[in-house]
Amino acid sequence: MSVDNAVTQPTTSIAAGCATCPMYNGAQLTRLGINMTDWDFVVALAGNPNTGKSTVFNALTGLRQHTGNWPGKTVVRAEGGFLYGDKRYKLVDLPGTYSLLSTSVDEEVARDFILFGQPTVTVVIVDATRLERNLNLALQVLEITDRVVIGLNLMDEAKRHGLQVDDRRLARDLGAPVVPMAARQGEGVQALLKAIHEVATGACAPRPRRINHRDPQLESAVAQLVRQIEFAFPGLPNARWVALRLLDGDESIERAVRDGTLGQLTQTVAPQPAPTIHLELEAVN
Amino acid sequence: MTITTLDQLPPGPQARVTAVQLTGAERRRMMDLGILPGAAIAVALENPLGDPTAYRVRGAVIALRREQAQHIQVEIERA
Repeated sequence: MSVDNAVTQPTTSIAAGCATCPMYNGAQLTRLGINMTDWDFVVALAGNPNTGKSTVFNALTGLRQHTGNWPGKTVVRAEGGFLYGDKRYKLVDLPGTYSLLSTSVDEEVARDFILFGQPTVTVVIVDATRLERNLNLALQVLEITDRVVIGLNLMDEAKRHGLQVDDRRLARDLGAPVVPMAARQGEGVQALLKAIHEVATGACAPRPRRINHRDPQLESAVAQLVRQIEFAFPGLPNARWVALRLLDGDESIERAVRDGTLGQLTQTVAPQPAPTIHLELEAVN
Repeated sequence: MTITTLDQLPPGPQARVTAVQLTGAERRRMMDLGILPGAAIAVALENPLGDPTAYRVRGAVIALRREQAQHIQVEIERA
């Protein structure tokens, strides 16, 4: 009997180690580094400062984007690629931001990309030890797009502080998939990939909880503005968001509308994958 | 309970924000940083030069200049 125990013990610990082992992950994930000339999906990586976005970025791309704790570390966005299943993903690491509504330079970079870069999926990395602070940005992103995955990072630190976070309840309340992670240890990276893949391919369609304004006067003002914005900037995504910002008196958005830079945002930040190359790839397969 | 402005808050006691006397982008910025009525706040680090001061609010340390802090009304809860 004692021999049996000795045998079963190590087997379970090996199984538990699998999820974090690079050999196991290698089966589905191929890190492409900066080698990404063509891609099927664009994934934006957003989150408050110091939530481990760059750690997640490095885990997925195999790149060594600087990780460290100082303000404005990722001032411009870093890009990398990975292959998961048979899809090529471009991952864009955005500067840390508390909000999409404030206007410091790095927050503008993040805001413009999420709003007008039209990423296929936006991953919001949140700090499990500071959820209250982090959910502000998560809710703002969920206002703009349905295709969101929440990476509930730093679960190891939360545990160390005696915090228990109910990730399933959080997913239900937000109406979006929530993946518990400890990215520094590689925990949850596989689950995150799977969630990104499901949302990108449409296998999972999140239905985010939204605050309903239900104010007929506001709604009619928004509708009027949306018509004008769409006329002035054909093809601009998130015209409703722009309208709400204008009504709120956001000076940076007002300026972008006046001088026409609002229209350029979509063109510069959202290069579409070249369809010809894409078809060739499919033919080869 | 004593009502004062954030720039007058001494190091040590825990306070609660009662009003943010700012408008527009400045008010928005404070709210995004988690500084809105009801938020618990305390001095985290004093500056030997007196300005800015770092405050602990909702699990993060945020530095504010005196001219910003004086627009935030707080209620001192306990020493």
